[in-house]
Amino acid sequence: MMKFRFRRQGNDPQREKIKQELFAFNKTVEHGFPNQPSALAYDPKLQLMAIGTKSGAIKVYGAPGVEFTGLHKDTATVTQIHFLYGQGRILSLLDDNSLHLWEINLKDGYSHLEEIHSYTLPGRPGIESTSATRVTVLLLKLSCELLCVGTEGGGVHFLELPGLTLLDKSLLQEEVLQSVPEDYKHGKSLGPVESLQEHPRLQDKILIGYSRGLVLLWDMDTRHADNVFLGKQLESLVWERSASTFVSSHSDGGYMVWPVSSDAPCTTQPATATIPYGPFPCKAVNKILWRTTESGAPLVLFSGGMPRASYGDRHCLTILQDSTHVTLDFTSRVIDFFTIHCIDPQKEFDDPTAVVVLLEEELVVIDLLTPGWPTVPSPYLAPLHSSAITCSCHTSNVPTRLWERIVSAGLQQQGQQQTHVSWPICGGKSLAPEPKQKELLLTGHEDGTVRFWDASGVSLRPLYKLSTANVFQTDCEHNDSLTQAGEEEWPPFRKVGCFDPYSDDPRLGIQKICLCKYSGKLVVAGTAGQVMVMNLSEEKSEHMVDVATVDLLQDREGFTWKGHDRLPPKTGPVVFAPGYQPTVLAQCMPPAAVTAVTLHAEWNLIAFGTSHGFGLFDYHRRSPVLARCTLHPNDSLAMEGPLSRVKSLKKSLRQSFRRIRKSRVSGKKRMVVNSPASKVQEANAHLAEQDDIAPVQRRIEPRSADDSLSGVVRCLCFADTYLRDGTHHGPTMWAGTNSGSVYAYALEVPPQERFSEQSVEALLGKEIQLMHRAPVVSIAVLDGRGNPLPEPYEVSRDLAKAPDMQGSHSVLIASEEQFKVFMLPKVSAKTKFKLTAHEGCRVRKVALANFGSTASDDYAENGLVCLTNLGDIHVFSVPALRPQVRYDCIRKEDISGIASCVFTKTGQGFYLISPSEYERFSLSARVITEPLCQVEVDRPHDSATLSDPTTAPPHANGTHKKTTGELKSLAEAEVDELQHALHSTALDSPNSSADLTLDTTGELTVEDVKDFLVTVDEAENNRRNITEEDGRPPGILIN
Amino acid sequence: MSRNHRTPLKNTDNLVEVKSKFEAEYRRFALKRSNGGFEEFYKLLQTVHRIPGVDLLLGYADVHGDLLPINNDDNFHKAVTSANPLLRIIITRRDEDEPIVFATNSLQRNKKKVLPGLRPAPQKSSKQQLTIGMPRDFRQISSIIDVDILPETHRRVRLHKHGTNKPLGFYIRDGVSVRVTPQGVEKLPGVFISRLVRGGLAESTGLLAVNDEILEVNGINVAGKSLDQVTDMMVANSHNLIVTVKPANQRNNVVHRGSKASLAGGGGGARSADSGGSTVSQDSAPSPTSQTVSQYSNSNSVAEGDSDDDGDLIIESDSLPVYTPHRSLLPNGNSGSHDNGDNGNNGPATLPRTHRPIPQSVSLPSNSSLSDSKASLSSLTTPTHNGSRSPSKTSSSQESMREDGNFITL
Repeated sequence: MMKFRFRRQGNDPQREKIKQELFAFNKTVEHGFPNQPSALAYDPKLQLMAIGTKSGAIKVYGAPGVEFTGLHKDTATVTQIHFLYGQGRILSLLDDNSLHLWEINLKDGYSHLEEIHSYTLPGRPGIESTSATRVTVLLLKLSCELLCVGTEGGGVHFLELPGLTLLDKSLLQEEVLQSVPEDYKHGKSLGPVESLQEHPRLQDKILIGYSRGLVLLWDMDTRHADNVFLGKQLESLVWERSASTFVSSHSDGGYMVWPVSSDAPCTTQPATATIPYGPFPCKAVNKILWRTTESGAPLVLFSGGMPRASYGDRHCLTILQDSTHVTLDFTSRVIDFFTIHCIDPQKEFDDPTAVVVLLEEELVVIDLLTPGWPTVPSPYLAPLHSSAITCSCHTSNVPTRLWERIVSAGLQQQGQQQTHVSWPICGGKSLAPEPKQKELLLTGHEDGTVRFWDASGVSLRPLYKLSTANVFQTDCEHNDSLTQAGEEEWPPFRKVGCFDPYSDDPRLGIQKICLCKYSGKLVVAGTAGQVMVMNLSEEKSEHMVDVATVDLLQDREGFTWKGHDRLPPKTGPVVFAPGYQPTVLAQCMPPAAVTAVTLHAEWNLIAFGTSHGFGLFDYHRRSPVLARCTLHPNDSLAMEGPLSRVKSLKKSLRQSFRRIRKSRVSGKKRMVVNSPASKVQEANAHLAEQDDIAPVQRRIEPRSADDSLSGVVRCLCFADTYLRDGTHHGPTMWAGTNSGSVYAYALEVPPQERFSEQSVEALLGKEIQLMHRAPVVSIAVLDGRGNPLPEPYEVSRDLAKAPDMQGSHSVLIASEEQFKVFMLPKVSAKTKFKLTAHEGCRVRKVALANFGSTASDDYAENGLVCLTNLGDIHVFSVPALRPQVRYDCIRKEDISGIASCVFTKTGQGFYLISPSEYERFSLSARVITEPLCQVEVDRPHDSATLSDPTTAPPHANGTHKKTTGELKSLAEAEVDELQHALHSTALDSPNSSADLTLDTTGELTVEDVKDFLVTVDEAENNRRNITEEDGRPPGILIN
Repeated sequence: MSRNHRTPLKNTDNLVEVKSKFEAEYRRFALKRSNGGFEEFYKLLQTVHRIPGVDLLLGYADVHGDLLPINNDDNFHKAVTSANPLLRIIITRRDEDEPIVFATNSLQRNKKKVLPGLRPAPQKSSKQQLTIGMPRDFRQISSIIDVDILPETHRRVRLHKHGTNKPLGFYIRDGVSVRVTPQGVEKLPGVFISRLVRGGLAESTGLLAVNDEILEVNGINVAGKSLDQVTDMMVANSHNLIVTVKPANQRNNVVHRGSKASLAGGGGGARSADSGGSTVSQDSAPSPTSQTVSQYSNSNSVAEGDSDDDGDLIIESDSLPVYTPHRSLLPNGNSGSHDNGDNGNNGPATLPRTHRPIPQSVSLPSNSSLSDSKASLSSLTTPTHNGSRSPSKTSSSQESMREDGNFITL
């Protein structure tokens, strides 16, 4: 009874089938560096590395493309991870004191990570605090059949593996104390177990280190301490390979080497004791590794130990060998590290090849074989957020030539610091088919850099880094890294890693990026209104960057910009390294952040917009073509710049305080009220709550023209289409604003050979005011068949089929509230979909994508992909604008995730799940980039408790190969699609229109379309015709 | 109000370019802004078009593209002053079968359905006997619709934003809705009207009140939607907002009244300025029309900020939808001939036709003169102030109005 408007018809089964073949939602892979890593482990047999995070995730990495992810049921911090060497099993310890066993199992031909067991150590009866059984350290015996668990109470428990059953031979402190000399006891506890290490030669002996400094060599068979070592406050222990000595590290910043001999059961003095950064007080050495080398002196690696006063705040790892001493100085905390070394027990030496350091924000691998210990570039786990990501841009199907040039520029860039030894962690093998096309992901960063990533496959690989800071004079110059190395002799710091969250100048931040993949031209626009046109060059160059200022305010009176200044460009010539080099700098005035940018390399034009207006710039002649102010006279906020929105900040602060208070109040309520004081308290709380109860209200008012920031230019687009009349097409430029205005300009672009002498002209063609005044998110022109127009150069280089210029073009305007298709050149509304009115959600991101069918290689459809403020993704048919599918993708609270989302042209997308990680998802049933890999595991035999049959086949057989044809290249897909479009009208066929009986044409709201191109007489005629002959023109308002 | 009470305005010597259309003929001429009043203009047009003696209806296109009537001095002056620079006049014969429709967006909007799913108004023509002003000379700003298909505890209100610069003027909030289910009382989150802005559209209709629960927005159930979602939906639909509410005050919802029912059956939307508040006639056999809705009408506004469910309604006489055309100028031969199922179902006028020589003429359904009209209205309607209209008027209006559904207020 209440539903009266939109009734779903019975879905057409045929169409449903086609939809299933076109669309499928999958979150496929996480790119980048895990947020807040907390644990690290390595399996030298399988050559796999595992990282645990604070959110309870386990990520396993091997060779590039080999990745597994597992998520604990509870989002507790993973405090430790251990591999059962060679078995493809992982043991994890969580913050909540639970142990979990994971297995890499084969399913459908691909390996997956699954949790198979969990275990929590029981609290000992009679001990009040459970902290006594809190696990501090784990030791997995090399045989992988026994797990030793050290606890805070000082006990060591033994669990059988892989069943995780507690064996009845726990070793408690009381037993240990019997073998300790009387004078050491003093009735004091030994403290928590700080370290457990297995004897490298004798399986049944373990080294147990207690926090207070006692170290035992314990024989598990005889339950007897072979040796006792009395040291200082202990941090960690490590055996020397020969087992004749072990090394302990201590909280005073020193380490000691202890000889182990059966002659002296009790040792009180170490062989050597060193405090490397003494004599002043130092911080603890958290972990130490001692690796023997064939060449001579052992390699000592330890973290921490820095002099407390002068360098206590540094995050360092020291590598010592003989006289060579390097202090690696990281920008974030060292979580853990391990060496990759020889594990063959027959060999005499460790001979480490590399050290892998997990930091809070990145992973660094140091090549220990090459003199100078350079870093090894990582093929995955790229620190995306080395400076905060401010924008991103995806380019699919990058031509090989441009790809190679970018790669070579990147190689030259990193040439000095990095070695090119192969990546040492290379377990498993990737079965994913070689990506058919190259995909480039560009990220803009707060520090003014643009990073180029290879997004073709599962691992996001850095290719090249472009810095724009050197074009400008900024407050701090980049010369500190060189001078610093010279002036400080001790400790011998070396800056390592690229995580550098501190931006010199916030104005350098990149706001928008646009790349023409055929010409290689790149436009980068930033926070201070700077728009740079870049060219890719193989040569180093020293040149002046041409600067042109574009006044977007035009002649508007009464506005004063109170925001930041423009970035002053450097006056003299600047040296630019090979790679992208700026040629022209167009500076918007006032220097507000650029909000939209686009490029048409064939016409030599760029367009850019800010909160004040938009400009069109001819970068060939280096001259502005057009500047147009979009400010509303009442808009004062636009003039204040980004930093002065004090009021709203205050308001939001107040609100959040209120929220906090409220939650506290409700928390108190649950307490048992027994004292009068708390009664009063509660009464007050009650009052306070009532005070707060003034509920959230929302004003219902249509958007008005003078809403603040109404002039912000939201999107820009170039198109070769019909704007003047239905017979002559030509270059056009479209701009959409925050208040629902669309401006369309007809451009007069001279032929290529006359670019130099003849200037580009722009003529305002149409002004459309969307009735609902919602911000215009995107504009795209569709050709006669309803397909998006190809990119510049695509047609002239025969890379795409020419658009249909016969049928009438249309323009798709997506606002935050609705999508509309208008016919060109009249701008009469054709179809629309009112998303907000129907769904109560608002458009955040839209893109046109081509969806290939899994059933047929030559069937594809265009779709309008839309991400809403609720985090769900809708796909609409184009140009019919019929809803096809809807998926929940991002939590609606995850505002930064929604804001960071970027779509590809093949129906995939990326969004940030943390500052450092992109989640990749796929909406297409055909184009999916996911890790498909296999790890050969060697499990002796699965115990009875593990009756999982899938663990059995250790060998990868080739039958599971996914047909490589499944990943179709974009080029192919596009051609197919075009071919298809020639003989099919599927988009408008009843098949596609059967899903919803929405009345899309009956109720077109009236838009205000001003026509400027028609001559006055003509306009008058039209007007007459329209108003007087039929009285009601379709959707055109007459002035 | 005497003829020249309102003398226009600046630029007295300015000329207005007039372009008038009668049937297929156009005339262009210049008119002095200061020149005369409506009757002179009417005669002038008859002369210019050489149609003396033909009864005419005059309309002009205002800046919004709306076709508005000219039938007295005031709206004539309004038309002249708003000419910018061209004043487009459209003349129709008064006795034409299908009169032109003066309404919001009447110039652009075709006869289109109200909403696809909403009940279409039937194309019933009914003879109008009584000479009551032309309801379609008003802009419709709100209506109650779909009475026949809604439960009587609910009310579906349509607010038209077009053509007014009044704010919609209400706020919504989260709240708890109590539903009685077979299992017992169930509490559900709901969205409620939290505040009405004084002088806003929502308040002036008298159809929405604080604490009314919002159930649907333009046909879409809001259950399970967040406050922000509902806000977005309402803003997106703000130009033609249809909200289905469960009024907090259920007292004046539905009263079965035999007399009303018969009236409703006729398909005519009678509306009365009924003191009893709204009366929905619930016919056993619902006619396809939107059935009669009698609401306490014309801006019985709930006292502002008042969360009182009691329905003690204070009728404020501001913005009364009164329109009294000069009878001499508008012989009402055919005025209400029939409704064409058009957009607004232009509701019946609110007031019964009063005697012709009205001391003050109130008109101009455009915004600018609203305050004026308010002032004059209050004096006009003094007898009805703060309470119901006199019964005689009510009944007369009921009898006379044979319109489809819905009523309008200014």
